[in-house]
Amino acid sequence: MSASFLLLTILTLAALGFVIGRGRALRSVQGDRRRLHSLPNYYGFNVSMLAFVPAVLVLVLWVVIQPLMVNGAVSAMIPAGSYDDAGGLNLIMSDVGRVANGLDAAIAQGALEHAALKTLSTSNTDIRALLGTVGVALGSDVSEDVLSAALKFREKTLTGNWIMTVVVLVIAGAGFLAAFFKTHADLRARNLVERGVQMVLIGAASIAILTTLGIVLSLIFNTVSFFGMFPMGDFLFGLTWSPEGRGGSEHLGILPLLWGTIYISIVALAVAVPVGLFAAVYLSEYAGAKTRAVAKPLLEVLAGIPTIVYGLFALTIVGPMLVDVFGAEGLNWMQGARSVMTAGLVMGIMLIPFVSSLSDDIINAVPQAMRDGSYGLGATQSETVRQVVLPAALPGIVGAILLAASRAIGETMIVVMGAGAAARLSMNPFEAMTTVTAKIVSQLTGDADFASPEALVAFALGMTLFILTLGLNVLALLIVRKYREQYE
Amino acid sequence: MNDMTKIERTVDMQTNKISAKNVQVHYGDTHAIKDVNVEIQDKTVTSFIGPSGCGKSTFLRCLNRMNDTIDICRVQGDILLDGEDIYDKRVDPVQLRAKVGMVFQKPNPFPKSIYDNIAYGPRIHGLARNKAELDEIVEKSLRRGAIWDEVKDRLHAPGTGLSGGQQQRLCIARAVATEPEVLLMDEPCSALDPIATAQVEELIDELREKFAVVIVTHSMQQAARVSQKTAFFHMGNLVEYDDTTKIFTNPEDSRTEAYITGRIG
Repeated sequence: MSASFLLLTILTLAALGFVIGRGRALRSVQGDRRRLHSLPNYYGFNVSMLAFVPAVLVLVLWVVIQPLMVNGAVSAMIPAGSYDDAGGLNLIMSDVGRVANGLDAAIAQGALEHAALKTLSTSNTDIRALLGTVGVALGSDVSEDVLSAALKFREKTLTGNWIMTVVVLVIAGAGFLAAFFKTHADLRARNLVERGVQMVLIGAASIAILTTLGIVLSLIFNTVSFFGMFPMGDFLFGLTWSPEGRGGSEHLGILPLLWGTIYISIVALAVAVPVGLFAAVYLSEYAGAKTRAVAKPLLEVLAGIPTIVYGLFALTIVGPMLVDVFGAEGLNWMQGARSVMTAGLVMGIMLIPFVSSLSDDIINAVPQAMRDGSYGLGATQSETVRQVVLPAALPGIVGAILLAASRAIGETMIVVMGAGAAARLSMNPFEAMTTVTAKIVSQLTGDADFASPEALVAFALGMTLFILTLGLNVLALLIVRKYREQYE
Repeated sequence: MNDMTKIERTVDMQTNKISAKNVQVHYGDTHAIKDVNVEIQDKTVTSFIGPSGCGKSTFLRCLNRMNDTIDICRVQGDILLDGEDIYDKRVDPVQLRAKVGMVFQKPNPFPKSIYDNIAYGPRIHGLARNKAELDEIVEKSLRRGAIWDEVKDRLHAPGTGLSGGQQQRLCIARAVATEPEVLLMDEPCSALDPIATAQVEELIDELREKFAVVIVTHSMQQAARVSQKTAFFHMGNLVEYDDTTKIFTNPEDSRTEAYITGRIG
């Protein structure tokens, strides 16, 4: 039985369980629902829950684990001499999978007798041609090793599926029966269902946390294996970034990339912080209710524009405009349209709504009593904003700025399109530079071998970026939390 | 109404500080203040009493144009401070508020040090020529706020760290620091415990020597204790305005009598 059909069966059982469980509970009190401990539906839910949840969990685990085990067992059959590395074995195993699927299709379409499988061999049948007739195209002729592995693969998968069907159905049935026989008037079905709901919620939360953990672990392991191939000191303190195509790179220093990242972020924040903050002050302190109702959503539209669109804007409008002023025709500081300035300006525009929206909320959270106190002493509006409102909101505003900064550091698309791809240590903001994120993309999208330092360096770069933004986020959260305590 | 001693003091020098004539206030479509006429005397504590929503706070906020910060509020009629119309176009509301200080219901010290809280007004109005003068103003104001002894050793601690009563006296000291002529207090004791209330009331009585004080209160005992003149507001009307003794012992209007004996409100 296939996994999806099995799932459908369990679902049916669960639905049936609801009706039967509810009925049994009602029968146990001769239809007088007031004598039940819980509402009748809870008894139904209890039966469905026990029939469905454990069985589905086993089903999911089985579906994930079985292919891994079958693959492991079958790949041991491939002679070690027929491939050179892990990549070669993977190619052979994917052939095995295709042949096995092809044989299934051939049997289903009648091109092959079930009994003929036992005597099937490359010497008496042209497997490639046979599979071709049922629509499974193979790149090369099938070797005897691959065929026998495919047959084994097919056999193991079939047995696995049968065992899975039996196990899952038994578990579902057992849960169903256990819950069904326990159903009577005094069963605290409501509490049991509540417990079940709690488990489901905990499960959802754990998935999110475990995934994060998994991502961090994969970063750490790959970073460690990168440092096994490349000296850590050269990576952290190297002043040159120039990866060679395939292995043997000597210059993978992160400093030029880190400098590009920080430089572009600084330019971006220099644009976003004043503009965003002043916009927030205007919106929260000066603007009337009507202006605010129109202006705030309009400003927040900026946050909804995809970054690739900002990238286009940088490449086609901001870059050429900067060249007109600072290029060869003008001040002659700038060589091409791609530069730190181009990317930084556009990224700054992207960050304006982050700064303004968060700051606006924080400024609004400053109690009106503070403003009244200041106005009551004869202060003007801007004196009140400068000396009372902003200092009171400052921790929160710093938090908002740090969040914007970590966003700037992690930004990729605008950099790729606006800042160029040259890793360079320079003070001139009109030169092309690149950032950590942009280099992660270029290291992994090339044709470099995945086990080479040139590809693995991407993980070390990702790790650096992760630590950087994590640090900023933690700092921002700490500051924002400290601020919250002030008025509550 | 057992503590009537303070109001027995003679009210000397009957000069009018503020006179309001035919004042009307509208909040949008609501007619909040109807045709109020009142003469507030200098060096006197005047209390506004009345049930919630009767307009006493609204009227108080007209006296230093704090209602200007509310968009939908319209004020008509004349309010004269020393004979000058405060709603005249030539009057700068910011300057006016420096002359007519205000203390609010909830203590609202700025999240700054005690020193900076007091120095805030003098700094923005340029009242001190140098640091020494500013120090002097701060000390004098804190003494007038009857809180100097409690905070003199920690002037640079945050003002928000004080107790509720201390915070309110700090706010009074802050209002006094700009040398106002009139001090408006909007239920200054409603967030305080009885001991802090007693301290603030004592302070109000001392402030009378220098300023005209107008206080809005929900406590009739408080009005009786601290004020020399009392105005009773009801439904946006000024029902009765007279000496506090008269209002509390022999009111002319039946509504006033009903309120002070606890039958309405």
